[in-house]
Amino acid sequence: MGRLEDALRARRDSGGHAFVPYVTGGYPGVDAGLLHRLAAAGADAIEIGIPFSDPVMDGGVIQEASAEALRAGVRPGDVLATIREAAIEAPVAVMTYVNPVVRHGISSFLDEAVAAGVAGVIVPDLPVDESSELGRESAARGVDAVLLAAPGTREERMAEIGRRSRGFVYCVATYGVTGARDRVEGTAGVVVAALRPHTDLPLLVGVGIGTPAQAAEVCAFADGAVVGSALMHRIVGGDVEGAIQLASAFRRAIPS
Amino acid sequence: MTIATTLPDARGRFGTYGGRYVPEVLIPALDELAEAWAELRADAGFRAELARLSETFVGRPTPMTRADRLSARLGYEIWLKREDLAHTGAHKINNALGQALLAKRLGKERIIAETGAGMHGVATATACALLGLPCVVYMGEEDTRRQAPNVSRMELLGAEVVPVTAGSRTLKEAVNEALRDWAASVRTTHYIIGSVVGPHPFPVLVRDLQRVIGDEARPQFSGATGGADPDVVTACVGGGSNAIGMFTAFVGTPGIRLIGVEAGGRGSRLGEHCSSLTQGHPGILHGAMSYLLQDDDGQVARTHSISAGLDYPGVGPEHAYLRDAGLAEYVSASDEDALDGFQALSGSEGIIPALEPAHVIGWLLHRPLEPGTSVLVCLSGRGDKDLDTVRASLRIS
Ligand SMILES: Cc1ncc(COP(=O)(O)O)c(C=O)c1O
Repeated sequence: MGRLEDALRARRDSGGHAFVPYVTGGYPGVDAGLLHRLAAAGADAIEIGIPFSDPVMDGGVIQEASAEALRAGVRPGDVLATIREAAIEAPVAVMTYVNPVVRHGISSFLDEAVAAGVAGVIVPDLPVDESSELGRESAARGVDAVLLAAPGTREERMAEIGRRSRGFVYCVATYGVTGARDRVEGTAGVVVAALRPHTDLPLLVGVGIGTPAQAAEVCAFADGAVVGSALMHRIVGGDVEGAIQLASAFRRAIPS
Repeated sequence: MTIATTLPDARGRFGTYGGRYVPEVLIPALDELAEAWAELRADAGFRAELARLSETFVGRPTPMTRADRLSARLGYEIWLKREDLAHTGAHKINNALGQALLAKRLGKERIIAETGAGMHGVATATACALLGLPCVVYMGEEDTRRQAPNVSRMELLGAEVVPVTAGSRTLKEAVNEALRDWAASVRTTHYIIGSVVGPHPFPVLVRDLQRVIGDEARPQFSGATGGADPDVVTACVGGGSNAIGMFTAFVGTPGIRLIGVEAGGRGSRLGEHCSSLTQGHPGILHGAMSYLLQDDDGQVARTHSISAGLDYPGVGPEHAYLRDAGLAEYVSASDEDALDGFQALSGSEGIIPALEPAHVIGWLLHRPLEPGTSVLVCLSGRGDKDLDTVRASLRIS
């Protein structure tokens, strides 16, 4: 168990719920200062994206942020440098797609991530049956490799995901890609309920959570919420202050 | 039995290639598809229905034509497997029709597809019109421009064509967008992927549906030549479906060289071509491990080809396996070669090829083989869609 899991378990064991904001690394304004301000706003952990050219799990906002960061010439090492510079106490997880990790080499990618202070990795296009090497190499370095569960995931896979995930299980709230939705789908509760009997890991819901009220709603059954596009929408619109204010509003709405 | 029928393994692996690198939300549908296909590929009723439509609707078997004048000019014996004569004008219909029938069996209510040149989009729209399924086709905005006639055809056939404006606005982005649609719609929608790419079971499913090309061509060739096999079997490789469809009947046969021709574009620097197998490195795009054109950070490279259907940075995982195992060879032909091939086949055989298989002809024009070699070419499609591109490139009017 790594620092990511420690922090999220501690939050849950104290009767609270976790708030995990996501930001796209390398996007203008997403710097060490921003990570500090998100931590100060009460983030239990921060997820930072390493932009990828073909983000098939992402909707319009994060696609645009990723493309802009890449156009500006951002490289994976730059995102790690931001994490190292920020040196925040809250655990940081990097979220990226499998090809940049494999191209770099799983071990050296993880070595560099660890050196930058990364506590977790989330690779949404690496499902449980393809994840054994990343899981093994991450565990060897004390990094939590987080797996995702989704609506429609069959019972025996839920068990496997619960067994193999570290840090938390990322419960995908809805059919579809990232991007704020008008309401919380019933599928969010179904995924969490299906996983509970199989694992004692914190279960965090993400994808589509657009408002603090929706985050509060999912925390009635989940151990926390991951919020990405809603924040990135502000940042992409040039409103970093607005993003920080929104993060604070999420923190207030999510029972801590 | 040839090697190609024993791979992939249960996890969709051709050696180290293939697999299923997709968001978890798609896994149940891929499991369902793999299970359904394992049954249906051997189901007599399904096979009979597909065979009937292949004959009465697609016009199979397609003929094989000896290219007499081109053969004389080059000193080879060139035979053309005429997928350009299949209904809708390319081999793509073999796959689209089979998958549309499969989607019906699965009870899916809606079809999505991506398309580059538009041939797969047209084939899918056609199969959907035939079977009464609503159809949405994602197409890069650049491709809607350079393959405009195919946009009109799809719309006439009742499909909705959605232009994709991300990135290079070509085939790769169209696949991304189709995958995103599918993540949201997977309970009711089947994604008819257009080549032997994507997560398991798509590479095997599309191969099974395209292998009819080689299964017809091998006996046609031996019938026409008094029992011989060709020395060389060749096809263009975009995602690789017409090539796999042709190669499968021959793979592993001693003495037969299988040669895939990739798009060499306008140069050898990253971004100027689509030669994944000869210039790329192993990587993961669209759900499978294969050769991939990418930079040192694993960002997928931009590509260029004069032909929209080959303009793709990846390639089907079975080709990666065949390459590494030495079971097939891969070469590339430039934009210019393709234009030369386009004109050569038009002028000397009365066949206007699509720019994709024109790469194969263009490669042959360099006389890369021993004199007297017999060559079976998969002529994967016809060239009506490319007249504007060719005219602009040759500055003729
Ligand atoms: C006529 C024709 N040939 C070949 C291709 C390339 O696809 P594949 O490599 O899957 O056969 C296309 C794709 O659009 C095509 O239209």
